[in-house]
Amino acid sequence: MNELLKQLTEAVGVSGEEKEVRLLIRDLIRDYVDDWWVDTMGNLLAIKKGAGVLNWRVMVDAHIDEVGLMVTEIDSNGTLKFDPVGTIDDRTLLGKVVQVGPKKLTGVIGARPIHLLKSNQRHSVVKAEDMRIDIGAKNKEAAGRQVKIGDRAAFVTEYEEIGYTAVGKAFDNRAGCAALVELLRGEPYPFDLCAAFTVQEEVGLRGARVASYALRPDVALVLECTPAYDLPNERDVSPNVALGRGPSIYVMDSQTIQDPRLVAHITRTAASHNIPYQIRQPGGGGTNTGAIQRAQAGLPAATIAVPGRYAHTPTIMINLDDYANVVKLAGVVLRELTPEILMRNA
Amino acid sequence: MNELIRKLVEAYGPSGFEDGVRELIRAEIAPYFNEIRVDAMGNLIAHRPPDADGPGLKVLVAAHTDEIGVMVTHVTEKGFLRFTNIGGVFPHNLSGSRVQFADGTIGVIYWERLDDHTKVHPLSKHYIDVGATSRQDCPIGVGSAAGFTRSFVAQGRRLTAKSMDDRIGCVVMIEALKRLTSSPHDLYFVFSVQEEVGTRGAEVVANALTPDVGIAVDITPTGDMPEAPTLAVGLGQGTAIKVKDSGMIAHAGLVRLMRQRAEEAGIPYQMEVLERGSTDARSMQIAGPGCAAGCISVPCRYAHSTSETVDSEDVEASIRLLVEMVSRPIQL
Amino acid sequence: MNIYELLKTLTETPGPSGLENQIAAAIQTAWQPLVDSLSVDRVGSLVAIKRGRPANPDTRRSLLLAAHEDEIALMVKKIVSFPDEEGGNGFLRVSSVGGVDIRHLYGQTAVVHGRRDLVGVIGSLPAFMLPEERQDKAYGYDDLLVDVGLPAAELRQLVQVGDYVSFRQPLRKLLNNRVTGKALDNRASVAAVTVCLEQLQGRQHQWDVVAVATAQEETALLGAFTSAHAQRPDAAIAIDVTFAKGPGTSNDSTFELDDGPVVDLGPNVHPGMYKALMDAAEALEMKVNTSTHARHSGTDAYGLQIAHEGIPTGLVSIPLRYMHTMVETVTTADVERAGRLLAEVVVRLDDKFLEKLAAGLMAKDEG
Repeated sequence: MNELLKQLTEAVGVSGEEKEVRLLIRDLIRDYVDDWWVDTMGNLLAIKKGAGVLNWRVMVDAHIDEVGLMVTEIDSNGTLKFDPVGTIDDRTLLGKVVQVGPKKLTGVIGARPIHLLKSNQRHSVVKAEDMRIDIGAKNKEAAGRQVKIGDRAAFVTEYEEIGYTAVGKAFDNRAGCAALVELLRGEPYPFDLCAAFTVQEEVGLRGARVASYALRPDVALVLECTPAYDLPNERDVSPNVALGRGPSIYVMDSQTIQDPRLVAHITRTAASHNIPYQIRQPGGGGTNTGAIQRAQAGLPAATIAVPGRYAHTPTIMINLDDYANVVKLAGVVLRELTPEILMRNA
Repeated sequence: MNELIRKLVEAYGPSGFEDGVRELIRAEIAPYFNEIRVDAMGNLIAHRPPDADGPGLKVLVAAHTDEIGVMVTHVTEKGFLRFTNIGGVFPHNLSGSRVQFADGTIGVIYWERLDDHTKVHPLSKHYIDVGATSRQDCPIGVGSAAGFTRSFVAQGRRLTAKSMDDRIGCVVMIEALKRLTSSPHDLYFVFSVQEEVGTRGAEVVANALTPDVGIAVDITPTGDMPEAPTLAVGLGQGTAIKVKDSGMIAHAGLVRLMRQRAEEAGIPYQMEVLERGSTDARSMQIAGPGCAAGCISVPCRYAHSTSETVDSEDVEASIRLLVEMVSRPIQL
Repeated sequence: MNIYELLKTLTETPGPSGLENQIAAAIQTAWQPLVDSLSVDRVGSLVAIKRGRPANPDTRRSLLLAAHEDEIALMVKKIVSFPDEEGGNGFLRVSSVGGVDIRHLYGQTAVVHGRRDLVGVIGSLPAFMLPEERQDKAYGYDDLLVDVGLPAAELRQLVQVGDYVSFRQPLRKLLNNRVTGKALDNRASVAAVTVCLEQLQGRQHQWDVVAVATAQEETALLGAFTSAHAQRPDAAIAIDVTFAKGPGTSNDSTFELDDGPVVDLGPNVHPGMYKALMDAAEALEMKVNTSTHARHSGTDAYGLQIAHEGIPTGLVSIPLRYMHTMVETVTTADVERAGRLLAEVVVRLDDKFLEKLAAGLMAKDEG
């Protein structure tokens, strides 16, 4: 059992309220870094001093927030109205158990029983705004004693390992967080490694923007968990990435064109170390690279991600070999960084 | 000037892969600057310090080097390529068009069997054929970028090509600095990257330089074709001074000054209000402490197709207005 | 201070996004006697500083109060002549500046800011004369015209493409201290900041107050991003309007008029700033309500928070009915309360405040 992944995915940190994850990671890394601090948005930033070979600051980012729900109103019958925090498909929510607020009250998202539905309602999607979280309170006053407006609610999933995979909530992006924790536990790097465990990625890459402003790195690497659509499909279309095929390398998404020089360095390094990798299909989506690449005067940035099926649900599935290879690949990519990699052919 | 235009518009440079265009431009402008550098994202930044009678303001002028294009997302078993857009690619322009990859490979775009030919079908219903017969023998992999190809045509005043957006802006800047004899301003001529995917290059340049004034040079659509959208700008009616687009409202004082300079110098101009689209000026305006931003637009029909059409007199008017703006004092 | 008179001046002064010189001047007149310095920055925001008296003179701290000064409007995009190209009557096709609710435009009067100000009527062909597919819809920008009653030739002498068209509605009184007019979004908040500055005249405060009337909020949050970057405050509070309960609103996330200011919670807001506002309300025994945003507050707070290395940001809102129309409605009582609440926050700021904010992010006992 990978205890690190278990601890990190079971911790709760919905965007904007990431304290539990922040405290957990602080405890996981404090013995392995030279300095750490928390900025005003709640980013946990840490410096692992380098061996002094390369006079660079290299930022490695992993966002600590997860998608979830926010309580917006308490109904007279004691149920809770909510807004999704981050992108959650309405079809994900019915029949789910959630943990509400700092007290982690158990709540459920139910719906009208199938027996009472008209036939044309049986296949229609219920909208999030029409759903409620039921914590068992009898009325508004009773619920108000337990829950405050603005409290976040997160999915509840116990980490499990199944076959070659691990299943849990919030692998996006606790898988990246775990990889970054492992990188920090290694030997010093040739340069100062600036670890950024950032908040509010799921609501617009906001933590990474201010973190990169503060850290002023020369180069940045983002560790992520990217959706895999490698399910049986009659059409010959892209699976985005596939589980078990290795770390996924970003080239382009809706927020960035990754630095081509770093992408080349990553793929060359993977090949030379016999680490499998796959190019994540270019197109939509986005990672903190979008904010970091354009911080201040701009900097070279790239993304390595663990493929995860069933993104933004309570049951994300990753392949444990992919995860191990992300840690390995990120490690050698960092250790083999040189100024020559960033030379332009001019 | 047509030879310079031809050279630039026919070059390969989808957003993120502008190296070739940048080197062409660097060669053109090298004689005019002592200080030329390339930043982390690939923006080409040329600095011209103020003349002795300066100092004026710190002025950033930018045209973007990138063009729209496509990127491969999937290679099918039979060796066809599925793709996504780089920037604003219109599906109705695709069928039958050709693209070129960085290694020179040419691909033809066509659509799947479709039941309804009266509709516009999304990008996902199109594919690229590079002549491969299987995934194994296909020379192009996932993540490869391609630009559209089309040769440059000049018919009288009308110039037609792919990538007039915004190589014509680059030409305006290059020609302007060839004619520039003096300037009281601390001038930065920037040939920016990744405009088509969200004015990203100009953002980091403005962050780094915090200019007082930012002027983008870009194209703007016209409203003078049959049943066109309601736009006052017409082809051949002069350079266009932008007041507003969907991303920014130009600095009122800068707009006033552009208009005044055009009037004084007898440069034909028109005022532009654009409801869709934006330029590098948007990023410059909101970066850091902000700057007075505006845009000199070259009217252009058929934007984001392979037959973008401009009028050489409008290009000339844009060059003259840019020279007037940067060579004389700017009071806001 | 007579809040009605202040609001009357502020709402009736035009200030479309991007053309804020007149409204900035009007606000300057109101703030001049209350602050130590005033200036207009490069993008058109008015920046006023009222100095505090720090307990420790070596550590000056500042709180930025941001209330946007701009308002939604229209802009001329084409001048047309009808029935003839030459010699016809002149009409203006317009485009929106900010999120104009187009359903409200038909039959309004407006001011065209040409070479001189011209009053115009916003009209359209009757629905039955429009193309069939448009007959059952609200009038769109392809249907609406601004008509100033001049021949095209004369109109072209006075108006050019790019000129602004602002709405025209004097402030009026309703019952129960309610007032109605245009641009109460966000002049109500500018008035609240004015009340705050006035309250501070007789009170000791340690932190500097940087009051900013931000430009181009409606179109780009421009003034929030740029002023936070330039001023580099230690903390910030955005003041804006929020949805009041009224005809057509849902019951959720809306607030009664005259039930006090609204303090916001969500990712754009630092929980410690929320607490500072709630503590101040408690000290004043003032009723306040809490609102939430799950992603984007839609206000200047969004821009303020991510300037530089991050700025702890709060958000106070004044309930308002019929947002983005010419009949926006607030109560002067809520404006006054919001101003007093801000002043109370300011006087409570001390040299330990930032430490407390930071500690809250790591304290295990706190929720």
